Amino acid sequence: MRRGRLLPAALIAGYAFLYIPIALLVATSFNPSRLTTVLSGFSLTWYVALWHDRKLIDAALLSLRIAALSATAATVLGTLAGVALARFGRFRARGLFASLISARLVLPDVLVGLSLLLLFVQSEQIFGWPADRGALTITLAHISVSLSYVAIVIEARLSDAGTDLEDAAQDLGATPLSAFLRITLPLLTPALLSGWLLAFTLSLDDLVVATFTSGPGASTLPMVVFSAMKLGITPELNALATIILLAVTAALGAVWLLQRRLSTASTLR
Amino acid sequence: MNRALVLAPLWLWLTIFVVLPVLLVAALSFSTAIEAVPPFTPLLASPDPANYALLTGDAYYLDAFLKSLLIASVSSLCCLAIGYPMALAIARAPERWRSLLLLLVMLPFWTGFLLRITAWIGLLRDDGWINLALIQFGIAPLKLLYTDLAMYIGITYAYLPFMILPLYARLSRRDPALEEAAADLGATPWTIFRTVTLPLSLPGIVAGLALVFIPAVGEYVIPELLGGPGAQTIGRALWNEFFANRDWPMASAVATALLVVLLVPMTLLRTRE
Repeated sequence: MRRGRLLPAALIAGYAFLYIPIALLVATSFNPSRLTTVLSGFSLTWYVALWHDRKLIDAALLSLRIAALSATAATVLGTLAGVALARFGRFRARGLFASLISARLVLPDVLVGLSLLLLFVQSEQIFGWPADRGALTITLAHISVSLSYVAIVIEARLSDAGTDLEDAAQDLGATPLSAFLRITLPLLTPALLSGWLLAFTLSLDDLVVATFTSGPGASTLPMVVFSAMKLGITPELNALATIILLAVTAALGAVWLLQRRLSTASTLR
Repeated sequence: MNRALVLAPLWLWLTIFVVLPVLLVAALSFSTAIEAVPPFTPLLASPDPANYALLTGDAYYLDAFLKSLLIASVSSLCCLAIGYPMALAIARAPERWRSLLLLLVMLPFWTGFLLRITAWIGLLRDDGWINLALIQFGIAPLKLLYTDLAMYIGITYAYLPFMILPLYARLSRRDPALEEAAADLGATPWTIFRTVTLPLSLPGIVAGLALVFIPAVGEYVIPELLGGPGAQTIGRALWNEFFANRDWPMASAVATALLVVLLVPMTLLRTRE
């Protein structure tokens, strides 16, 4: 069986393609030399420099605030949309509803950014609100993008789970609302968690939509990183990337373990 | 649950934040840029197709569109070539390994777009890791960063998970009995792949290609950071009209044209679902 070895080899090569650049970046971040390729020992020089970079820290804090706020709102709205898609049967204009949700997933960032900016500008012209653009408009823009991702995650989970448990609860006399709160919502916990995390990272990661919808004074982390990159990579960015990588790996690992425990628990029951 | 109570706010939200903004872009594309706040003549006051005349008349925009379509096509095929064997290998792995293997595909995606590009700049730059290795082997260093090659690598790298996930979703649902039956009847592994596995995974291939192709057409960041001055894509043209020239109506015309071009693959993606 030649193919028996060919596929795992392709998989390993694929992972190498994905991880070698990241591994080299992590290695570079501990190298004290400004020249990427002069390896002169292990040092935390760039982590210290990062710690003292006020502009970058402020931008990171702003980004974290926007990400937490937009992810929470997007999870609420996205869950409602996901429930509607998975549980409401063939409601009126369902096809259009689903298209509008999924349109956001595939529209290019430049189009989303420009279109939302125009919305905010027109709204300011007509209603005088929002008076200036910044954290608030970026947050609204991020909610509208992330909502779709959360909706897809929730819909997928609900379709997988089927309606047996909810039907049983209602047969036993639960109202639809209490069946939702006591059966569906707990069932959704892992999906809610990964939906929130997805929305959070999407917001943290977004450059294009934020640049369009931001105003003077509000610079998110990707905006500051991007302008630094255009001037040439500083080793500080490698240190920043390593820290984010660690945080993301820890968070994803925790979610993965939690999901595995929950699914093992439900198969045991 | 009262369905109307759930659906009404969602419809309102989608109307305001999805439908209305796109309509505004379309409307603005018929205005003219002026020195004012906001920098354009009132919407639909005197619709003027001048922007579209420029869009179709000036080779700059047509070239940018063609370049973007080429970049998106090549990149999505590269993603397919790398992603298909990976998705198939994961789908055939023992079940308890699969979620971990998928997580490993997703992990780079979660670490941040700009940081992944940072990693590639570290590899590709003139004094980067690849040239360092070349010099070690006595080969003259190459100009890699700010070339089309760097841009293709960057886009393929950034969008690979979008290819693998729909492919895996399709391949993991295939019935192994079909492949076993073909093998029992004497088919070689290659024949089984060509006549059973591949045709059954076709919807996944279409979805994966569309999911990479669509965002790649409008991509701005990667051509800007990794591509050379020749990588004039439509995303960059739109960005420059807006931020450098402050010509919002022209940027809107470019955006509208982009949307129209993308409607074909978007419809393809929806009908396949």
